Amino acid sequence: MKIAVTSKDKNLDAPIDPRFGRAAFILIVDSETLEVDVLDNTENADAFKGAGIQAASMISDKGAEVLLTGYCGPNAFKALNAAEIKVVNDVSGTVREAVKTFKEGKSVFADAANVEGHW
Amino acid sequence: MIISIASGKGGTGKTTVATNLAVSLETGGTGKTTIATNLAVSLGTGVQLLDCDVEEPNCHLFLNPVIHEKETAYTPVPKIDEAKCTLCRKCVEICRFRAIMVIGKTVLTFPELCHGCGGCMAVCPEKAISETGRELGVVEKGTVDDLHFAHGIIRVGEAMSPPLIRKVRSLTQPETITIIDAPPGTSCPVITAMKGADFVLLVTEPTPFGLHDLRLAVEAVKILKIPAGLVINRCDIGDPGVREYAKQENLPVLMEIPFDRKIAESYSRGKLIVEAMPEWRKNFLKLYRDIEKIVRQGGAN
Repeated sequence: MKIAVTSKDKNLDAPIDPRFGRAAFILIVDSETLEVDVLDNTENADAFKGAGIQAASMISDKGAEVLLTGYCGPNAFKALNAAEIKVVNDVSGTVREAVKTFKEGKSVFADAANVEGHW
Repeated sequence: MIISIASGKGGTGKTTVATNLAVSLETGGTGKTTIATNLAVSLGTGVQLLDCDVEEPNCHLFLNPVIHEKETAYTPVPKIDEAKCTLCRKCVEICRFRAIMVIGKTVLTFPELCHGCGGCMAVCPEKAISETGRELGVVEKGTVDDLHFAHGIIRVGEAMSPPLIRKVRSLTQPETITIIDAPPGTSCPVITAMKGADFVLLVTEPTPFGLHDLRLAVEAVKILKIPAGLVINRCDIGDPGVREYAKQENLPVLMEIPFDRKIAESYSRGKLIVEAMPEWRKNFLKLYRDIEKIVRQGGAN
């Protein structure tokens, strides 16, 4: 299974970036092999509007089934929902820890956005 | 003649100036004579006040207009016919605001992000996109004696006020003196309320706050290339900064309103200055004549 994790850097030991749409990087982690596909999110991080929507589209194109992140707004959540990507919010620590916690079945999927949209 | 009344800083007295100016013009200074005859003003036969501060319109509190018409305003947002859509993403690519997104085999629209440009409909090769409306708020039209009045009231939750401001401005009558009460600030809503005006009257107060935001407003007006002048409200408080800046920018000070208890009292009761102190009418008429002169000369410079 491919897990998308918002990250402040390009490797598994980097801290989680709590932002979704405007995260520095999004790592697509293979849950079995822990292989990492790095998505540079710079362009999106500076987006005028709709960063979360764009990020959702990007990880959907990469085949992610789960997203581990800090905060997820309403538009991003709607897009992720359409893409059938499950969301785990309020994740902290490193990417490696987050993936481990998820694999142990200790993560709870969100049923709604956990922050307001930005204007 | 379109005069837009703006400020930069909020709470400086835009609404006070807009309402008093409009009423003074409409009643021609003394009685119920139209300005055309009373002042031999070449422009216009009537006066209208458009309250474009749609997030907090309040001119009506001072004018108590009789509302004759109330209309809900909409802005066009896309509606996708999924049966026709081939997921080509052309609409996604053209939308600067990310209001359309293709995810998997689904096309999602985010109506609240849409600016209503119609680009998606224009580029769709399958003609799969049609228009539906997002409610912006309401526009109310009415009168105060012979003064034409209109304002917009934004829907709670709507983030974009410019489309509603444009709806209010679309009621501008030609050959009329149109007074626009603009919102505070210097961003899109203000620009929408100033663009295309013949004159921008900036209302400020002589304080560091007033000056700071006045500078921003003046920069915006310069970009729009509209002649501007200044009203200094509560002119007897604060410091000389605003006057020095006005001089340096060649910005004419067209009116000064003192920090007067009588004015404050009438305001707190929802009364106009010209009602409480009818002698002020001539000041507002002079203000209009000075503006007219500047516009006729093509700017103060």
